[in-house]
Amino acid sequence: MSLLELRAVDKIFGGLHAVRGVSFQVERGAIFGLIGPNGAGKTTLFNVITGVYTPEHGQILFDGQNIAGLKPALIAERGVARTFQNIRIFRTMTVAENVMVAGHHLHKASIASAMLRTRAYDRDEQALAKRAHELLEVLGLAELADEVAGSLPYGSQRRLEIARGLMLSPQLLLLDEPAAGMNSQEARTLNEQIRFLRDQLGLTVILVEHNMAVVMNVCETIHVVDHGETIAQGTPAEIKVHPKVLAAYLGEEEPGTEASP
Amino acid sequence: MRAAVRLAIAAAALLAIYGLQLGVEAGFTEYVQRIILLAGINVILAVGLNLINGTTGQFSIGHAGFMAVGAYGTAFVGVQLAGPVHAALGSGAFSDALVFNLALLAGALFAGIFGLIVGMPSLRLRGDYLAVVTLGFGEIIRILFNNATFLGSATGYSGDDPSGLPAYTNFFWVFAWVAAIVILIHNLTFSQTGRSLTAIREDEIAAEAMATPTTRLKVTAFAISAATAGIAGGLFAHMQAGVRPEDFRFERSIDMVVMIIVGGLGSISGAILGGIFVAVSLELMRDLQQYRLVLYALLLIVIMIVRPQGLLGARELHHLLRRKKPAKATTPSESA
Repeated sequence: MSLLELRAVDKIFGGLHAVRGVSFQVERGAIFGLIGPNGAGKTTLFNVITGVYTPEHGQILFDGQNIAGLKPALIAERGVARTFQNIRIFRTMTVAENVMVAGHHLHKASIASAMLRTRAYDRDEQALAKRAHELLEVLGLAELADEVAGSLPYGSQRRLEIARGLMLSPQLLLLDEPAAGMNSQEARTLNEQIRFLRDQLGLTVILVEHNMAVVMNVCETIHVVDHGETIAQGTPAEIKVHPKVLAAYLGEEEPGTEASP
Repeated sequence: MRAAVRLAIAAAALLAIYGLQLGVEAGFTEYVQRIILLAGINVILAVGLNLINGTTGQFSIGHAGFMAVGAYGTAFVGVQLAGPVHAALGSGAFSDALVFNLALLAGALFAGIFGLIVGMPSLRLRGDYLAVVTLGFGEIIRILFNNATFLGSATGYSGDDPSGLPAYTNFFWVFAWVAAIVILIHNLTFSQTGRSLTAIREDEIAAEAMATPTTRLKVTAFAISAATAGIAGGLFAHMQAGVRPEDFRFERSIDMVVMIIVGGLGSISGAILGGIFVAVSLELMRDLQQYRLVLYALLLIVIMIVRPQGLLGARELHHLLRRKKPAKATTPSESA
């Protein structure tokens, strides 16, 4: 059974059919790319999967169960973590606090015990801080743990979002343009980190990305959407030469001209 | 071990407050003493309101309503309890203290329940809409008391005794409650729950995507905040002979908002300073009673221009005092 399966998902905003009958399967342990021109519906798909939007039609099966229409917090609790295209970190909080916010499952102590600072509370708090520190190390942010998150450079903020998502102990990680605003050195590091997440932490990763160097390098399967509809799916090598993909990105090809994305 | 140490600290603190009370009663006129008590009550109000308005970022301007529920609840329960307790334990300082504190807890409970009732529907709203709805609920609560005949309607509630409510409130109880509430709210703010509340303020969508039960936490924080206002109301009620609906008009909610904005939204120490500031400045402005709101407006405008983040911003005094020089935020070397 695949970890995530979309079955004929539709999302309609008034007169705009943002996602139309999209279906795909993401196998456990895959690094799956979701690409398409601007406005193709990639982020809408992420928002549908994570419960920000409820799809009008279709099913979203996560681990075999339909999660379409569940609240975002419940979907996150089941093991779907995400990052945001327009970074959404908690700007006034420190880097470590940002990550710790996502650690409810490690912090079972009640509000009363937090107010009274009981032993159980302290124990949970320490476990949480330790886990947060480990994750910051994975993403290379450990030295910045006490910095105010809003003061970090762009690339670090994106990696902080990943670290925060990992705090949920997810099975599936959705990355929305993680390489945006990164230089090529940072993007290479990101490639390694994404592979590390899959190989060492056993995560399944879905990636929306415009940086083709990242997508083609790190993804094993790529799903291409345009105007809310699926136009192709295949390996990076197949996608690079797929006529519909080329047409979507570069316009209709005139006979006899050579083009590559 | 931990419990024993804490008990010892608490006992020492209470003893210190008692010592201070003796000093204050000997050293100051009744008038000044009253201002000191009002300042303490304001601190409770401000610290409680800051939890929801500052830390959680959900703006309530109707907390006078919860203060009213606490005031009426405490006064009413106190009157009901006084008879049986005095019959069982005899009259004296101990049974008075018992009656008063039980009544305060009951008042806080009532206010907390009202907070839940008001919070559950209204916290679905954000920003201005939430503010308007809380304002409306605050007025509804006052008007309910205005029409509750068993609580004296518009003339207010003053118990069965013709001399009015007993004057339970003194320096010791006000500041014992101030200490307890400041510590509890501080611990809550700097906990996992507090982090989640701050996250809701910073970015609710991201908080939700990180599995934060945002609605439940907002309603809980609102109820805790209402319960604190209830304690303040109970202390306030027993400073005078009776509780009247007009003590809890819209202006009182504005007073509370001014306290936390002056002190710095999101800062507990700021709320404490703001509470004291408003109590003192209100007394200084006593002769200008009807121009108070004009002065408030002017004060707020000046603060917004000169220091929009309030006296302390979102920081805490003790963090400022033991602050190490912040390392330069941007580090160019970012290899993982």
